[in-house]
Amino acid sequence: MTDIVIFSLLFATIRSATPLIFAALGGLFSERSGVINIALEGLMLAGAFTAAVVTLQTHNPYFGFVAGLIAGAALALVYAVACIKFEADQVVAGMAINFLMIGLPALISGVIYDSTGSTPQIALADKMPMVTNSLSWGSILAFALVPACWYILYKTPFGLRLRAVGENPAAADAAGVNVIRFRYTAVMISGILAAAGGAYLSTGQSSLFTKQMTAGRGFIALAALILAKWRPVPVLLACLFFGFTEALTITIQGMIKLPSGEGIPVQFIEMIPYVLTIIVLAGFIGTSRAPKALGIPYKKES
Amino acid sequence: MNIIREIFWPLVAVLAAFLVGGVIILLLGDNPITAYSLLLSNSFGSLRDIGWTLHYATPLIFTGLAVAVAFRCGLLNIGAEGQLYVAAFAAAWVGIKFGGAMVEIAGKKEDWSWMSLPAFLLVPLCMIAAIAAGGLWGAIPGYLKARFGSHEVINTIMLNFIGIALVGYFTQYFYKVPGDPIQRTAEIGEAAQIPRLNEFLTFIPYDVPLNIAFLLALLMCVLVWAFLWKTKWGYELRAVGENPSAAEYGGISAKKQVIVAMTISGMLAGMIGIGEVQGTRHHFEVGFSADWGFLGIAVALLGRNHPLGVLIAAIFFGVLSRGEIFVDAFTRYVSKDLGWVLQAVIILFVASFQTYTRRKGGATKI
Repeated sequence: MTDIVIFSLLFATIRSATPLIFAALGGLFSERSGVINIALEGLMLAGAFTAAVVTLQTHNPYFGFVAGLIAGAALALVYAVACIKFEADQVVAGMAINFLMIGLPALISGVIYDSTGSTPQIALADKMPMVTNSLSWGSILAFALVPACWYILYKTPFGLRLRAVGENPAAADAAGVNVIRFRYTAVMISGILAAAGGAYLSTGQSSLFTKQMTAGRGFIALAALILAKWRPVPVLLACLFFGFTEALTITIQGMIKLPSGEGIPVQFIEMIPYVLTIIVLAGFIGTSRAPKALGIPYKKES
Repeated sequence: MNIIREIFWPLVAVLAAFLVGGVIILLLGDNPITAYSLLLSNSFGSLRDIGWTLHYATPLIFTGLAVAVAFRCGLLNIGAEGQLYVAAFAAAWVGIKFGGAMVEIAGKKEDWSWMSLPAFLLVPLCMIAAIAAGGLWGAIPGYLKARFGSHEVINTIMLNFIGIALVGYFTQYFYKVPGDPIQRTAEIGEAAQIPRLNEFLTFIPYDVPLNIAFLLALLMCVLVWAFLWKTKWGYELRAVGENPSAAEYGGISAKKQVIVAMTISGMLAGMIGIGEVQGTRHHFEVGFSADWGFLGIAVALLGRNHPLGVLIAAIFFGVLSRGEIFVDAFTRYVSKDLGWVLQAVIILFVASFQTYTRRKGGATKI
């Protein structure tokens, strides 16, 4: 009995952590280059919606997945232009991207499917095959990306330059690094990765897109990134932690009863990840150091 | 200040939003000109339309001011939505518990209240409850920022989820009339209710729910202006927003101002509870806000974080809220979700081009 619970909790943790890992790794690239990415939520939604629609229309989950990534990159480009070219306040512009992706999918889905709330279900035959019953290729990809990102960030010239751009853009510029181009690249990578997380949500974990289905996961991914002090391996651990709390809420929903015999009200269970995020931020941010140039637009000195 | 420079970019942002919106309407398969004329004619066409437009603008004046005060201190309050939910529930709770609220359950009357206060006590008590609850929900992220340095954007978003779930829980389990299919509380006592404007301004049509909360909103525009530009606290708050380290150097406690700004911000958002619960609905309902808390960000940015600008921008969004009901109903594909898109474009434009509104002390770190 307990073995079953532990196993189901383990796999539920992996499932819940997967979209967070994608999104947080996305945020890692953007923020390491000095661009705050509070738009992760919107970028995830772009990926989730596009992947669901293209899968539904083409009956090919791989097309859907790739289309989701392209949508994420395109939206990230809009965000990058606002933040890098026009030097917009990154937090404000990021929220605009998030708002856009609340409205736009609903409008499009209203035209295609006559429903602004959600898309139809994707048929089981049109979904990507699973590795085992409870483990998907999406999760494997997310976990595999962690060492890959670590390698890129710390062992390649690209990673070194990216980090330099986020820490001291003027020095990087003086050393011949194109700060602006690096930031564009980093934000686009972050759009692709966040969109992958969204695509996993709509076509992997569930089988349809519903309005605002990310439900704050973009922000939780950001909290995980802060908790992990902007480093890839701790990002994995932080996402697993948040994934575990989500898995726990799903698992205990039916299991633990109050003394009165009733279940714990669903509202309280829903709150757990949000409360934990606040506590974690309060407890860890003091010891956490952001990339030095984070949030500051770069102006070349002439 | 040059007035043309003040209003140029906001106007460009609005025009750009309508242009982008028009293209989207066209792509969706509707006629943008029809949609936009529906939008405008139904929000300005008659006295009734104007009354409704102002009614829709009222909560946006409160949230716009709320976001603007926080912005002036260099903070982005995305938590107005949670703050107004908690506040509206608090107003309803006081209105039920102290308003002699009677509930009919299966034909039998039941008294849910503790006491029945007269209107001259209960009306202000409900107002104070709303303002205090909103202020508290704003003060939490303010305190967390001041004490631990955790970012207000993430914390306010988390507190939105928590606050909305919390009041939803209390509504569902304790204050809903059994058998009511809608997730709402029982009616507040009559003594807690505030009058509609058409009760004494007879030229306003009978069906316009515009109530004295609108006058309160106008008063708040004046008070916020006076606070920010005519008091020492307001000066200190703005100083922290302009340049926190310079303010600290000048002997101003940035931490204190962060808490003050977030508390005031929450209180202003909380005032929506007054108009909506005491004035319009006479109960608290889950999902009653038309995303006013988030719209407040666009209102504040478009209004240049100035009370007068906020008032104008709120009325502009009031037009959209009033008009989009008709656009939704009389076009084939355009739904209310277009509002999110217009908002997003406006915010993006204002954020991108209004360079001189940006904080000088460096951006916030996340």
